[in-house]
Amino acid sequence: MNDGASAIASEKFVADGDARVRIGTWRRFAVVGLIVLAAALPFGLSNYQVFELTQVMIYAIAVLGLNILTGYNGQISLGHGGFFAAGAYTAAVLMHRYGVPYWATLPPAALVGFALGLLFGLPALRFEGPYLALVTLAMAVATPQTLKYFSWTGGNQGLNLAKPAAPPGLGIDRDRWLYLFVFVILLLAIRIAANLLNGRTGRAWMAIRDHPIAAAAMGIDTARYKTLAFGTSTLFTAVAGALSAIVVGFVAPESFSLFLSVSFLVGSAVGGIATIAGGIIGGFFIEFVPNFANDISDAAPWAIYGLAMLLFMYAMPRGVVGSFGPLVAWLRARSGRAAAVSEVSALSTNAKPRQTSQGRLE
Amino acid sequence: MHLFLQQVFSGLASGAIYASLALALVMIYRATDLVNFAQGEMAMFSTYIAWMLVNAAVPFWAAFALTLVISFIGGMIIERVVIRPVENAPVLAAVVVTIGLLLIFNALAGWLFTYTLQEFPSPFPDRPLFGALLTSRDLGVIAVTLVMLALLFVFFRFTTIGLAMRAAAQNPASARLCGIRVGRMLTIGWGLAAAIGATAGIMVAPILFLDPNMMGGVLLYAFTGALLGGITSPVGAVIGGLIVGVTENLVGTYLIASQLKLTVALILIVIVLVFRPNGLFGTAIVRRV
Repeated sequence: MNDGASAIASEKFVADGDARVRIGTWRRFAVVGLIVLAAALPFGLSNYQVFELTQVMIYAIAVLGLNILTGYNGQISLGHGGFFAAGAYTAAVLMHRYGVPYWATLPPAALVGFALGLLFGLPALRFEGPYLALVTLAMAVATPQTLKYFSWTGGNQGLNLAKPAAPPGLGIDRDRWLYLFVFVILLLAIRIAANLLNGRTGRAWMAIRDHPIAAAAMGIDTARYKTLAFGTSTLFTAVAGALSAIVVGFVAPESFSLFLSVSFLVGSAVGGIATIAGGIIGGFFIEFVPNFANDISDAAPWAIYGLAMLLFMYAMPRGVVGSFGPLVAWLRARSGRAAAVSEVSALSTNAKPRQTSQGRLE
Repeated sequence: MHLFLQQVFSGLASGAIYASLALALVMIYRATDLVNFAQGEMAMFSTYIAWMLVNAAVPFWAAFALTLVISFIGGMIIERVVIRPVENAPVLAAVVVTIGLLLIFNALAGWLFTYTLQEFPSPFPDRPLFGALLTSRDLGVIAVTLVMLALLFVFFRFTTIGLAMRAAAQNPASARLCGIRVGRMLTIGWGLAAAIGATAGIMVAPILFLDPNMMGGVLLYAFTGALLGGITSPVGAVIGGLIVGVTENLVGTYLIASQLKLTVALILIVIVLVFRPNGLFGTAIVRRV
């Protein structure tokens, strides 16, 4: 995990340093190009493919939320499916019972996610590492049956929602409208996450992850920042849940089983746990791999998830994005365009801070 | 009153099963600081092995013993091949790897044995005892657990290898200096934990019926028991498991619908961690900087 951290640190250093202008302009072109491409993409695809890509983006937001907590703050959650469900049900109940328009359900869902995260983050201050994993695992397991128990959630049957129509006058159909709607939210989410993580808050989170005691000694209010990380993370995931309820048009307890929470963790591990862009790779993985695997056998999605987890932890613990980031930096350094970069990345590959004696009985 | 006592005794029987699995968890935690999320699925897989043996007309207790041996070897192989590489990795890597193991075992069982419920024979007759206070099956489960505990106590107290394992868990560096092969002790520890888990699986299968998702709830209760007793204390794990079993039954009978049983476990875990993070019998964790 720490290796991922140093990679990020080095990238940040680069952005702050001398090479900023050159890298910045090229990057900006690439980003704008990508955004235009992604916005135009649904017009060349079938309805079902558009729906699938919309799901990918929703999962990307959820995984991004998990990355903020686990990757950048070092708190493990196996229960983000529960927060995803909280967002989905907030949107569904508001739409179904109170006739709230779909777009207006996002702020309440965000609020519910944030509040639940704070509530959960407070006791989580006392648990570390495996303990937190345990509590959140228990939450993931308990989510479906809690949802079934209450009547206002629609019990076992869940709630059916009317699929929102595209605004008239735009001349696009429902699926493409929802794609663009989710796409805008995804861009917003990435922007907010990047700003948070590159700023004071993000640095505090990473400092706590890398060395909680040193962070506290530097004057960081660890309890406050850890709770805040929890709330922010679950806010992202709850918004993703609300989007999923809107796009799928249906919520039911069994969709929010342990498998969903594990999916987020797998997506996070595959994409790169301490990266922002890793969420998108994770989203693709979660959406498409189980579908393909289902054609082989019922058991295959679990098996492939399990194998992916083992393989990535052994061979590529920083995930796809986390592993390619340093590679790109290295290539850039080799081309001799930014001498400063090579120095920094060399530093970051040699100096690997190791966390020791954490919670170990001495 | 009669209903109350009945529920307490049947709670003790399921508690004994949770206690066994909790004990397996604690053994691994003490030795490696690692919570094995795959413990339940490993036990489930062992139970399928026992089921295959019983179906192949092997007498029950022979199948039981054979399964324990196979699980012991399987547990050792898992430690050697899968766990060793992440032994000193950050917590997250270890958690992800054991969750991955959980998924693989679950999928493997589903693929090999299908997801249909299988009936699993109980070695004990189902007769009411002592004025229907408890059944002979409950008594049998409790007896098997007690025998296993006694054997483990003797093993860790009076045998050289048991003492060496305790030393390796308590202070790996000093143990190594005394000539104890710490790595080998960890491997044996995983084997033992797998065998203990297999016992729990075989005891619970006649009650829950056998399917690949059988151990999900049981594992959660076992975790709760281990935390309640203090995750560093084997005695605590057993007592914690029993308390959880009885609580689960009483709460389910008197307070709330049984669909919320798992939610009760979650609330119990949070309460324990907030008010007594070291559990009832655990030692406080001291961290040096």
